[in-house]
Amino acid sequence: METALKKSELVARLRSDILSLQGFRAPALGVKHDDFGLGPVMKTFPEGVFPRVGMHEFVSNSPEQTAATSGFMAALAGKMMKEDGLCVWLGRHRTVYPFALSQFGVSPDRVIFVDLKKDKDLLWAIEEALKCDALSAVVGEIKELNLTESRRLQLTVEESRVTGLLHRVAPRLSNPVAAVCRWRISPLPGASDLVLPGIGFPRWQVTIEKVRSGEPGSWRLEFRDGSFELITESVSFHQYTAKAG
Amino acid sequence: MKRYVAIWFRHLLVDRVLLRQPELAGKPFALAAKERGRMLVKAASRDAQKLGIEAGMVLADARAVQPELEVLDYDPLLAEKLLLALAEWAIRYSPLVAVDLPDGLILDASGCAHLWGSETAYLKDIASRLKASGYDVRTAMADTIGAAWAVARYSRAFPIIEPGEQLSALLQLPPHALRLDAAVVEKMQKLGLYQIKSFIYMPPSVLRRRFGQGTLDQIGKALGNSQEAFEPVCPVEPYQERLSSLEPIRTATGIEIAIQKLLEMLCARLVKDGKGARQAVLRCYRIDGEIQQVAIGTSGPSCSASHMFKLFELKISSIEPALGIELFVMEAPVVEHLGNAQEALWDLSSANKMTAIAELLDRLTARAGADVIHRYLPAQHHWPERAITEAVSLTDQPQTDWRTDQHRPVQLLAEPERIIVSAPVPDYPPMLFRYKGDIHRIKKADGPSRIEQEWWISDGLHRDYYAVEDEQGGRYWIFRLGHYGEETNPEWFIHGFFA
Repeated sequence: METALKKSELVARLRSDILSLQGFRAPALGVKHDDFGLGPVMKTFPEGVFPRVGMHEFVSNSPEQTAATSGFMAALAGKMMKEDGLCVWLGRHRTVYPFALSQFGVSPDRVIFVDLKKDKDLLWAIEEALKCDALSAVVGEIKELNLTESRRLQLTVEESRVTGLLHRVAPRLSNPVAAVCRWRISPLPGASDLVLPGIGFPRWQVTIEKVRSGEPGSWRLEFRDGSFELITESVSFHQYTAKAG
Repeated sequence: MKRYVAIWFRHLLVDRVLLRQPELAGKPFALAAKERGRMLVKAASRDAQKLGIEAGMVLADARAVQPELEVLDYDPLLAEKLLLALAEWAIRYSPLVAVDLPDGLILDASGCAHLWGSETAYLKDIASRLKASGYDVRTAMADTIGAAWAVARYSRAFPIIEPGEQLSALLQLPPHALRLDAAVVEKMQKLGLYQIKSFIYMPPSVLRRRFGQGTLDQIGKALGNSQEAFEPVCPVEPYQERLSSLEPIRTATGIEIAIQKLLEMLCARLVKDGKGARQAVLRCYRIDGEIQQVAIGTSGPSCSASHMFKLFELKISSIEPALGIELFVMEAPVVEHLGNAQEALWDLSSANKMTAIAELLDRLTARAGADVIHRYLPAQHHWPERAITEAVSLTDQPQTDWRTDQHRPVQLLAEPERIIVSAPVPDYPPMLFRYKGDIHRIKKADGPSRIEQEWWISDGLHRDYYAVEDEQGGRYWIFRLGHYGEETNPEWFIHGFFA
């Protein structure tokens, strides 16, 4: 009995050691960890801590998904930048409208856009940006990425501790890459109540397809007033009026 | 004991013009400038002087004397610039050279003349070299600046005044030779004091009462009784470092080491002077006589060797060592003052951050060109393409807040793309639209919100924007261009995708 207890303790300790070697840090007692307002999504990550030190891969296949992913990434980068951080946004055919970033809690003048023409240059630039530890986050938009290239980026991140958000826009094949997790963000139809007309707040189906040492999952989130909210099926107008009699 | 040499350029500006435009030789010409509403001759060539045209004449009078007079523009700063350049050249004769405006140089020749053999040879060398390069000069050497100045300009005697002989050299000269005020000289002329010897033996109290303390000072300076200020020119030393190699260097590693060493030397000097390089050029002299050159630029003054090395590292591959490089020369042709350290005291972290980011941007521009980096500031326009403007520098701050009350798409197409819609008139949102072959049925819509063209910027039709959502949840920003007309239907466009 006693040996079994010791064994499980040992296993737990080894597990946390492995995690720390992989770049995760267990939450220290009394230290509040940033959860970026992701709420229930945090359970998917090992130890419930958002892996800041790692590459996050986002995949989108249609313009609608690309827009949703850009919005989600902007919101996430905004949380990382806080008040005075700076972010670099690299891409080849950039269509992100800087003006709109302010809706996701990012001051657009704190974002430096880098538009490159060649994939080779782009990869190099992303790596250089990730090396710069004065940045809060690096957003890269790239079409194709292979395992070697992504591994290189991941190693850079582990050295500099700058979070990398890599957006693979309409990749030809979704080959595995060395990222801590793979996200897929798709737009969801807005709230279906009839009280308020119009399209409302952005709503997304946030899916984590892969996560290192964690449990993948899928959530329905709404971005409202600068924070992520889990969508609960609200009482519709008809039900409401019916209930009220 | 001090020895001074005075050099007098008799026709400084005229000689310079002749050097630049040799075709003017032998023709009368003058340099003229506007002064108090009339053109005044500032300098006249020798041929013009022979005709009686002198500096200070009104140009119209000079033209009356010689209608074919060539008139050139007079640059008031040219004389000083020329003299500075000549002073820097004259450092070969003495480390201390001063400019003596408007038309002379003063050399502190103490202990220099023996290197040329004798004082005579020394002066001869100066005069002959200047004459060979086209300047008409007179030189003199004496114990004091005043005496040398006077002898160079007003004496026809042997120009080397033996130590202690200033007084006897000055006796025969006119009072002008003491560099007195024009009013004092005029007064002396009226009193019949045409030579220095006629008043120099007067008691100082008399001279002071008649001609002022200034006259006494000038006499003292010429005779060596009082000190005269001497301001030598300090030539700007270029930020340049050289590294010669014992054996020709052919490998990239060797070049790297050379660059590192040179940058360390250069940066040590820059740090000492509180400067930062904006540009750096590396020249590699190959043994076959070719010169390989690479250059870098930075977005802010930098004195960090490691940063500049990173910029050079990207360019090493473009250096062709061929048979080997025997000499490396690193130069910073453009330097700027570094921001003062005070700033760092109160804004330590953000200043460091900015430097790190500026260095990152330098690396990006060094590889991909300057037009790849963009940063945007808000602009006071509703028209979406004009609502942002590009920031010039990394530290530009927005003048106005970013507006969050306007709902704008996160993805904006560079050009609006045509879509086919079916929409009920007049102002309802479309029921469906077709974009790139897909039909989107619209479930929800916001709008219209009309954005007019700004007439003071450009003409064109207004846009009525709708934010619409289809049944899959895709959100689009579409607009109708202009009004519904009698015969024509307005065109519809898609302009962006909401998140």
